[in-house]
Amino acid sequence: MMLAVEWFWLDWPWWADTVVRLIFAIVVVLLPAGVTVYLYLFKMVSFMQSRLGPMEAGPYGSMQLLAEVGKNLQKEDIFPAKADRRVFALAPYVVLLSTFLLAVVIPFGPQATFINLDTGVFFALAVSSVSVVGVIMAGWASASKYSLLGGLRAAGQLIAYELPLILAVVGVVIQAGTLNLQGIVTAQTEGEIFGFGGLGNPYFFTQFIGFFIFLVAVQAELTQVPFDMPIAESELVSGYMTEYSGFRFLMFFIGEFATANIFAFLGATLFLGGWQVPPFVHDLLGVDANWQYFNLIGPGVMLAKMLLLTFVVYWVRFTFPRFREDQLQKFAWKFLIPLSLLNIAVTGAFKVWL
Amino acid sequence: MADSSDETTTEEPVVDEARSALLEAIAADLGHDLVGSHLLPGKDLWIRVSSESWGATAEYLQNHQQFRFFNFLSVIDWLPSPYGRSNDSAVEVSLAQAAGESIEEADQTLGTGYGGGSTRFQVLARVHSLTTNLGLTVKADFPEDTLSVGTWVKEYPGANWHEREAAEMFGVHFAGHPGLTALYLPSAFEGHPLRKDFPLLSRIVKPWPGIVDVEPMPEAVEPPTAEPKLSPSASTENPQDVPS
Amino acid sequence: MTAISDRRQLAYIAAQAADARVNVELEAEGMTLNIGPQHPATHGTLRIVARLDGEQVVEANPVMGYMHRGYEKLAEVRTYPQVTALINRIDWLGSFANEVPFILACEQLMGIEAPPRAQHIRTILFEMARIANITLFLGDMGVQLGAVTPIFYAFRDREHILNQIESATGGRFHPNFDRIGGLKDDLPAGWIEETKRSLREIHKFCDQMDDLIIGNEIFQARTRNIGVIPPDVALSYGLSGPNLRASGVDWDLRRDSPAGLAYDQVDWRVWTHPDGDSFARYWVRLQETRESCKIVEQLLDSIPAGPIMAKVPRIIKVPEGEAFVETENPLGVMGYYVVSQGGLEPFRVKIRSASFSNMSISPWLLKGAYVPDVITILASLYFILGDIDR
Repeated sequence: MMLAVEWFWLDWPWWADTVVRLIFAIVVVLLPAGVTVYLYLFKMVSFMQSRLGPMEAGPYGSMQLLAEVGKNLQKEDIFPAKADRRVFALAPYVVLLSTFLLAVVIPFGPQATFINLDTGVFFALAVSSVSVVGVIMAGWASASKYSLLGGLRAAGQLIAYELPLILAVVGVVIQAGTLNLQGIVTAQTEGEIFGFGGLGNPYFFTQFIGFFIFLVAVQAELTQVPFDMPIAESELVSGYMTEYSGFRFLMFFIGEFATANIFAFLGATLFLGGWQVPPFVHDLLGVDANWQYFNLIGPGVMLAKMLLLTFVVYWVRFTFPRFREDQLQKFAWKFLIPLSLLNIAVTGAFKVWL
Repeated sequence: MADSSDETTTEEPVVDEARSALLEAIAADLGHDLVGSHLLPGKDLWIRVSSESWGATAEYLQNHQQFRFFNFLSVIDWLPSPYGRSNDSAVEVSLAQAAGESIEEADQTLGTGYGGGSTRFQVLARVHSLTTNLGLTVKADFPEDTLSVGTWVKEYPGANWHEREAAEMFGVHFAGHPGLTALYLPSAFEGHPLRKDFPLLSRIVKPWPGIVDVEPMPEAVEPPTAEPKLSPSASTENPQDVPS
Repeated sequence: MTAISDRRQLAYIAAQAADARVNVELEAEGMTLNIGPQHPATHGTLRIVARLDGEQVVEANPVMGYMHRGYEKLAEVRTYPQVTALINRIDWLGSFANEVPFILACEQLMGIEAPPRAQHIRTILFEMARIANITLFLGDMGVQLGAVTPIFYAFRDREHILNQIESATGGRFHPNFDRIGGLKDDLPAGWIEETKRSLREIHKFCDQMDDLIIGNEIFQARTRNIGVIPPDVALSYGLSGPNLRASGVDWDLRRDSPAGLAYDQVDWRVWTHPDGDSFARYWVRLQETRESCKIVEQLLDSIPAGPIMAKVPRIIKVPEGEAFVETENPLGVMGYYVVSQGGLEPFRVKIRSASFSNMSISPWLLKGAYVPDVITILASLYFILGDIDR
């Protein structure tokens, strides 16, 4: 058992280390995606909509996802006649790449990180916009008018919502005093609320405005309802994804839901205390904050917190109608951005004078 | 002018004041353009105007009689079916001949509806007044040579699609219509389906209601021609004496 | 048009980056977007060819006929009782309502009248067809605007009504139950109580939609002031039904000419909305569903005893004449102009269907709208393809 835990910081040869990290990266991206798709997209939403959801494949339809993947893998890989074939083929990889890049900076334990960047927050927000490139590529290369409209809408929307996303996180960064995600987790664990340190100080409490803006902006980044104009099934017939089929569509599909999870991981790290359990548990167990078993417990804690946040994402997704494109822009520029700037100013004032 | 007061049923002594007042007002205003009318007390009112004044009638009804609601516009083809009233396809005629039935001789005189009329095609439109809650059916004859009357689109923009439909279905023309293109039919379609002399193709291909689909019972020894025809119209008209 | 929107700017930037041919297409001629006939928002096979400037519609031309079945021609070769089987398929969500005006027109020509009990049950089924039809709209509008959940509630609760229609008539969608002179059958035992129970479900559903959709700010932002139809324009285009009443025109044939149906014996009201926009059309339909429930509930308590068929000859021959009877159908005014020459078959049947006129306003209404609003407007006009193409 000890050995297993020590894997994470043992001196491995570089290639073995890389392989292990790669495998874990794939697990971190795909496993939660599968869990949330089954748990929320298939089941929870079905219950919300007074239906049962998949029931045939496996017990309670739990193998449905595998069936879907198998179905998509068998489908013909269609290129539209006038499509720009290379760009068209590349686009889903770019989208998925952004998801993986985003995943690598997220800490899952004191030592369980893929890479512990000093500028982790900065890196995460930077690579999250890479997916925009993929979306525009998909929209443009499809040679379909619906895809084009979808791609352009996505571009406008993602650019508009990068800003509140970043500004919402700035408050957290100011309060923690570091851009390192591991440092932000530590800061939340060591913090205290009015002298009470039992819960630590998850920034969910002090940065609730930032948290709200973060959730809204993430919803928009993910192009989920109410911000799903780029996909807009009833208008643009899935927008930039219209012309994709088979495996490439599957990649978009995975990218969509995996990104939701990764953003939820990021939100959990920034606002809900990350992989750490509340400090009073430390006292109960009599361990310190960097107890090596947190490398095993941490991913579980993160999964729980991620499920909490993705629940909100899907709940909103299946409740609201969608905005119109101009209403969305107005909402971003006239409401979210001023609000997040105010949040930064207030946070800064507290930081300096208190 | 108002030629048909004798046509109204005499059993009902209902006097429809609102509709007769309306008819009088229209008759006074339109003068010689009103060439026929029909009043069913308590039910409905028909008027027929001359072909030339068809377009102007819309303007009159909308602005002077408050008929703001445009209901529909269509055309009637008064030509009797060339195959006789109840035998609607050549197949049925031949089947009937094979069965040795007498065929109703096709009566080629044009029918007329309420309000009279002498031509084969008649345009009819219906408008409704919300102030008096009365509906009014307006008819006009299509001149036989041009098959063209004025359009109602200017006054009632809703007539646009109705006129397009009528034009393609009956092969008539509405002068002044902004774009009298086909509404329903594919552009390569030939003929005007709702004309009475346009054969209903499915009836020619297969006699109604699909006699060929019904397999004869194994014991049936009668020749198929002696079987009672399944066509509802024919069988009810001419009850057969089935040889036993 | 002078203010360049973000969307147009984006379209412009993208056009700059592309090759010259596409550039010319985007800027000079506008882009032609073909919405339909396989588009999810046209629920059926309507096709709209829209010329776009950015995302703004410069010109929209509906193209129809993908579902044209030629009922007017087919009706000419069928006997009068056979025609009802055809016209059931016009507005397939509220089929029973299609039969009623045709039957009433035939009855008017023959000079007979259905007995009071038949009229009562006819009205009940008529209103239940309306509920079944509009319930689906109430959920479907959400889907068109991106909220998928309401449609499932609509399907779930419409089932209560369909079950009742089925148990009374034998057909869930196409009852073919109305006969010249009355009805095919009487109501089954216990039907009245069951129906009352299902109407309570519809009441609940309406409250749910009130919360979920009407109360939603995004829905309001998406529908208010979108697709405004002034009352004069609505009348001259022949709009009818809830679309007309949402423009503030207080005209409902159920109240204004209820001949042959039992609407004058119940207490209900006609809802209108002054705005004439998409929101008003949704709101009016929601209120009408509640009103329909009230009508049916009252009628269920007061069904008179008596026969359900008048004395009608076994072989129905309709005397020579013409009749036009219109009723207030779920989608709007539906009427049949029946010309008889005294035979077994109608000489000519002109079907005035509501959606045909309701949709004829779309080229006027869609001009200048944005692509998302096109969907909103089409959804709020609420057409059924069978009712347009016939």
